[in-house]
Amino acid sequence: MSTSPPPTNEEQPRDAAYWSSSGSSLKVTNIPSGALNLNVDGRQVVGPLQGFGQMWQKIYRIRLKADEGEGVPPLTAKEIIKTWKVNFPQFWPTGNRFYGPLTGIAPGEVALLSLSMPGGIRLSTGVLVLYADEESFTLMTPQGHVFAGWITFSANEVDDYIVVEAQVLMRANDPIYEIGLRFGGHKQENVFWQHTLKSLAAFFQRDAPVEMQVTCIDPRLQWSQSKNIWHNAAMRTVMYTMTAPTRWIRGKKS
Amino acid sequence: MPQANVMMNVRRVNPTTSIIDIHGDVSAFAENVLMEAYAEANTPTTRTIILNFAGLEYMNSSGIGLLVTLLIRINRQKQRMYAFGLSEHYRHIFELTRLSDAIKIYENESAALSAA
Repeated sequence: MSTSPPPTNEEQPRDAAYWSSSGSSLKVTNIPSGALNLNVDGRQVVGPLQGFGQMWQKIYRIRLKADEGEGVPPLTAKEIIKTWKVNFPQFWPTGNRFYGPLTGIAPGEVALLSLSMPGGIRLSTGVLVLYADEESFTLMTPQGHVFAGWITFSANEVDDYIVVEAQVLMRANDPIYEIGLRFGGHKQENVFWQHTLKSLAAFFQRDAPVEMQVTCIDPRLQWSQSKNIWHNAAMRTVMYTMTAPTRWIRGKKS
Repeated sequence: MPQANVMMNVRRVNPTTSIIDIHGDVSAFAENVLMEAYAEANTPTTRTIILNFAGLEYMNSSGIGLLVTLLIRINRQKQRMYAFGLSEHYRHIFELTRLSDAIKIYENESAALSAA
């Protein structure tokens, strides 16, 4: 499920190896056991400019002491990001699955997701690893995902602390998701990333409150993007689940 | 904590057009420098802001996020954002992140100015 980062040479900028070298269309070549490649293969990645809803920037931040004293190993920003990349799904709330590459998060990789939505609905979607360096990595969403945009995970050393962040820049992908986000979806997302940061801190034997900073970058709706509803992954996943018996019967007959 | 390793020079080419020359790294740490440059470039008569990326040495995903927020700010002022001087690598990033859907990219300064 990968596209190798470009080889670095003197003519390329310093960031060349950190960016995905793939195109904007997702290609899934290897499906992990238990994962469902639905709403991912062939989909275009979409940034916050391509979504329908209001544009939000959400920053979830936790400040971890670099040195907790005796008995607790000291921390560095690079160590946190390295661990986060390899164990990314481990820190998620239960009921949500991230099927990433076994080697961890790297530029150009495509991961499949199975997310728990309100009302017991499951959402099969995916993400592209847009960017990954030693102190941050960014996941970008495809058409049909709840939101169009990206999430950047980073760690920075500030004085005696490591400031760990998840920063989301997003618009709801279509009108249905926009309604969903306004009626509980944003709150659910906040809980999701707060849980993730707390779990990450606990992994390193630390605890701290999660700060949240939410800014509406653009309150306008982009009605020209309402057609995105065609790709709505939640509706497509529900339809796929409902037609499972039909597929099973057809499979038996053939 | 890393500091901003970027310099931005503002040129008011004419009453309606300003160019921001970017030299160095565009990352989260460039936010203040970029927004200050925009404040300087923005006048009551400005209609087009052109970003010159010829001196861009490094950009991460937070830097792309900064450009998105700047673009929204510019659009809300009913202004347009153009760009030129992007290397092949950064053109690819603009296409991948779909920034190129919203920002017109030109080969050089004269082409961008002609379109402004």
